Amino acid sequence: MNPAITSSTPLLACLASLAAVLPILLLRKSPNLRESATFVAGFIKFGLVVSMLPTILGGTQIEYTLWQILPNLSIAFRVDGLGMLFGLVASSLWILTSLYTIGYMRGLKEHSQTRFVAFFAVSLSATIGVAFSANLFTLYLFYEMLSLATYPLVTHHQDKEARTGGRTYLSYLLSTSIGFVLPAMIFVFLKTGSSMEFAEGGFLAGHVSGKEALILLLLFTFGFAKSGLMPFHSWLPAAMVAPTPVSALLHAVAVVKVGVFCVIRVFTGVFGLEFLKTMDIATIIAWAAAFTIVVSSLIALTQDNLKRRLAFSTIGQLSYIILGVALLSDRAVIGSMAHIAMHAVGKITLFMCAGAIFVASGKKYISQMDGLGKKMPITFAAFTIGSLSVIGLPPTGGLISKFYLVTGAMDAGQTALLIVFLVSTMLNAAYLLPIGYRAFFPKDPELARQPFSWKNTEEASLPCVLPLCITAGLALVLFIKPQFLLNLAGLMVGHGG
Amino acid sequence: MTEQAPILILLFPFLTAIFVALLGAKVPAASWPLTIASLGASICATLTTLIQVLENGTIRYYVGGWAPPFGIELRIDGLNALVAVTVATVAFLGAIYSKDRVESETENKGPQYYALYLLLAAGLLGIVITGDAFNLYVLLEIAALTSYALLAMGNKRATLAAFKYLIMGTIGASFYLLGVGYLYIKTGSLNMVDIQEQLIANGLQDSSTVQVAFIMITVGLWVKMAFFPLHAWLPNSYAFGPTTSSSIMAPLVTKVMIYVMVRMVLTVFGPVYAFEVLDWGNIVVWLAVIAILAGSIGALAQKDLRKMLTFLIIAEVGYMVGGVWLVDETGMTGAIYHIISDAFMTLCVFLFAGIVFAKTGARDIYAVDGLFKKMPITMIGFIVGAFSLIGIPPTAGFFSKWYLIQGGINSGNWEYVIALLISSLVNAVLFFRIIEIAYFGKKPAEGHIHHHGDDHTKISEAPITQLIPLLGTAAIILLIGIFNKDLVAVIQDFLEPFNLVAGIR
Amino acid sequence: MVAIEALADKFNYWVYIVIMMIGLYAMVSKNNLIKKLIGMSVFQTAIILFYVSIGYKDEATIPILYHDQVHGAHHAEEGDHSDEGAHHDETHAMEAIAKEATHHGNDHAVDADHAEVDEHEADHVIDAHVMHNESDHAFEAGHGGLDIDPNQFENPLVHVLMLTAIVVGVATLGVGLAITQKLYGEFGTIEEHEIIEQLRTGND
Repeated sequence: MNPAITSSTPLLACLASLAAVLPILLLRKSPNLRESATFVAGFIKFGLVVSMLPTILGGTQIEYTLWQILPNLSIAFRVDGLGMLFGLVASSLWILTSLYTIGYMRGLKEHSQTRFVAFFAVSLSATIGVAFSANLFTLYLFYEMLSLATYPLVTHHQDKEARTGGRTYLSYLLSTSIGFVLPAMIFVFLKTGSSMEFAEGGFLAGHVSGKEALILLLLFTFGFAKSGLMPFHSWLPAAMVAPTPVSALLHAVAVVKVGVFCVIRVFTGVFGLEFLKTMDIATIIAWAAAFTIVVSSLIALTQDNLKRRLAFSTIGQLSYIILGVALLSDRAVIGSMAHIAMHAVGKITLFMCAGAIFVASGKKYISQMDGLGKKMPITFAAFTIGSLSVIGLPPTGGLISKFYLVTGAMDAGQTALLIVFLVSTMLNAAYLLPIGYRAFFPKDPELARQPFSWKNTEEASLPCVLPLCITAGLALVLFIKPQFLLNLAGLMVGHGG
Repeated sequence: MTEQAPILILLFPFLTAIFVALLGAKVPAASWPLTIASLGASICATLTTLIQVLENGTIRYYVGGWAPPFGIELRIDGLNALVAVTVATVAFLGAIYSKDRVESETENKGPQYYALYLLLAAGLLGIVITGDAFNLYVLLEIAALTSYALLAMGNKRATLAAFKYLIMGTIGASFYLLGVGYLYIKTGSLNMVDIQEQLIANGLQDSSTVQVAFIMITVGLWVKMAFFPLHAWLPNSYAFGPTTSSSIMAPLVTKVMIYVMVRMVLTVFGPVYAFEVLDWGNIVVWLAVIAILAGSIGALAQKDLRKMLTFLIIAEVGYMVGGVWLVDETGMTGAIYHIISDAFMTLCVFLFAGIVFAKTGARDIYAVDGLFKKMPITMIGFIVGAFSLIGIPPTAGFFSKWYLIQGGINSGNWEYVIALLISSLVNAVLFFRIIEIAYFGKKPAEGHIHHHGDDHTKISEAPITQLIPLLGTAAIILLIGIFNKDLVAVIQDFLEPFNLVAGIR
Repeated sequence: MVAIEALADKFNYWVYIVIMMIGLYAMVSKNNLIKKLIGMSVFQTAIILFYVSIGYKDEATIPILYHDQVHGAHHAEEGDHSDEGAHHDETHAMEAIAKEATHHGNDHAVDADHAEVDEHEADHVIDAHVMHNESDHAFEAGHGGLDIDPNQFENPLVHVLMLTAIVVGVATLGVGLAITQKLYGEFGTIEEHEIIEQLRTGND
């Protein structure tokens, strides 16, 4: 057991954005003040998270028990390496997304911006809550909160399409969490009689039989449907009706990552890797993930709507993370955790670019983007960097996590799954790279002959473009300096990476 | 004064009812303040009693100083102290809501309405605190008769429904009375605790007379609580009665009947008899499963908002009957906890339905069209109630399910667990359908709407006398969710002597 | 023969059940609302009959104590507190009758097979009640000082209960009739199917 100190910082970090809801609502009459409230909360939140980083890297965990809600069971927070990693990703990207939101929402003159910003803040609280949960119960609580708080965001347009999308979104997420996770959690609670605190090496070993363990594992893995594992993935493309900032932060970072985060938590904190190894039940999950990777990549190839293509790409990438952890080898698990961050940075860049393209040119379909790179060079440059990161090519952070995943697969001796990684990487390249390439080197000779000039560029406004440049930059930085992420992930498997 | 608290619980509403009936003809305006004052006083009395019970254990109050088993005894332990507080609070909140609505829904009948309302509250409170089986029957009928009258005040459909309810209610109560008669034959006593002592002392466990008594009492109560398939009277009467009447009856009547069932099973017959000698627990759990599913399916088929909610009551009754017959301490805890939480949840959604009806005059679920913009505060109250019925933490409804599902798993009744989960999902569908309509409007635009800046749709909230009870209920739902540990501690203290953990079955 | 004996022995049960079923039939299947209410009254009367019959004892009389039966014994013993004492004794005498009067011949379940078992149980009950009241010294003293035999009196308690039940029944009938009247005012008929027909055709 790691040494731990008690501090209310995790709680405060979680509440920082929730507390911002009130000023946001009060300041609804003046958008500038309202946005500054968001930023203040964002920086406070990020500051609180970062302030815990040295302690965590030093191998100490931070605990805080808020309220004992049931006999034996409390709402409690604990920050460890994995939680820290996810918390960092989510809180830092929130600031950038908030900036981006201003550009996007005002650019399109969207309605009900106050509601949007307020629920955005609530969602972030839920995300950090998930990241810092100390036990399964707290995790579930914030997981549900996130599903509900994001519903108004997904359905923001309040039109027919949004209604259909919102229906799919909620019905998938709620039915799986109530139908699968809740009974599984209660069963675990009954079997172990414990407080369900996540522990290194899990707490389930010795309490359940092999068959029960398998059923529980399936219920948990598929129940956290936010991870987009097939066949419970349809909500993700459906949720793309949301305004792009939502897609960017929530559906490339917060919501989906909460899904895989929960799965990793269950694997490492509830079952424990050793227990899973002895039971030999994770293989079925690994194959489900492998199936998802290949199929979603193939579907992505056929999509013309940029956001939908990105959505299917996300489904595949999420399954990388699940596959990594299901391989049960230390390196693969580290790779999984690192991939949370790497993919987040890459994918948010792509989504922001998609939004920026829509704001500036009104174009949603890839086939319309021929030669657009000449009008929006910065955006498409960032898009290309993001693509590289998602595919896992140098010089981007994506390479690092992929490297760990692939070597992890070799450690685990799963040659077949290794091939899945390689094939899917090629598929990734096939559906992402042509977008950037065609934008700069259009097929149409007419367009190709047009000379490039900075004067002709029609970029989106600065609040739109700046954040995506920063995230693209981050993707590059993470290639050079991935060590602290790997250290955080390494804490979870018992050594420093 | 405090030692008289148990009887005061009952006397406040009862005497005020008479007073309101007499005074009402002359000063109708005084009815409402009097009602509120007496129910408020009743809440204080229940709280005092609850505190006494928590400090000193069970209270035995001899009415008129006549000692049991012959005098009537009010016997208050942890279980009915909690239920009494719930009943008094719900009645109080419902009375606040009635203020504006009574005149518009039941014209010129204000004083009569309040007199009946108070009598109903007195009857229900009496059922909860009495320790005498025959006395319970009389109070049962007081509550029932006032209910018929309160419902018949509604529109045409409600009048017919009230008549059907009267027939069914009388059958139910008569069965109960017969059962008590059989018990009396065997034990020579009408005092609940005394009956239990006689049953044990005389080894009457195998007596077929007692068996008949048990079956008759249980079936009678099932009719009264609308346990599927004996539920036919419920949907129309609660859906078409005045919203004021249904806001007290829907939350309380069925729940109080479930309390009576728990009391009969635990205190009168004793768990050993109810669960072991008469081994039909599994059948009852299956019946409960059917009730839950039938209620949920029935609710799905409804377009009328309140009628949909009435089918949910039927499903919830299934939850609790099933929870009791799981024969597991956690399941029983869940059932009892659910009596309390469901009373408030039901109140919350029925108040919402009443407010919507008051605002729009429409009954169907499309009446909520665009309400998020028009009545944001009302919607917040409703969402809390809806989330609780779906079972989303940290509302009270989540924790009821938490305990009930645990009970189901503990006792190996997986069919019950699955039924609960299905019903939760159905509730999610039902309520999100409403939330969707309230959020998107009846016909959302095909395309993408771009309003310029934030809209300024006119907010027109419900009057404060309707908002206060709604938000109060919502707050209570959250509070009993967050503080469920303390509530459950009281319930488990009460259950401890029954030793259900040992797994009788 | 055993069956017939059992039938004859417990004819009061059979009678009440038959009457009750007649009432139930009318309540459930009659179309006319007034007939339903009549059925309800029959139904309730059956229950009253049941209760009263279980208080019956062969060759017993109405449970009214004569003045000397109660007071005679007491004046000697208690002097000053005679009023209070008498009050107590009266109660306890009544109680004694109520308790013991419930048995003897009428306490069997509908199920004839258990007749013997029940007889056995009945004895137990009486024993138990004596034991139950042993701690109650006032009762013992009072009982000892009284010149009464519970078997001479019918059980008064059931009559008291039924007085209450009759009141309840009358009240229910009253409400039922009032509702019927309201229905007649609204629909112009008291035939249920006609009312439902009117509701269905939607002149709500």
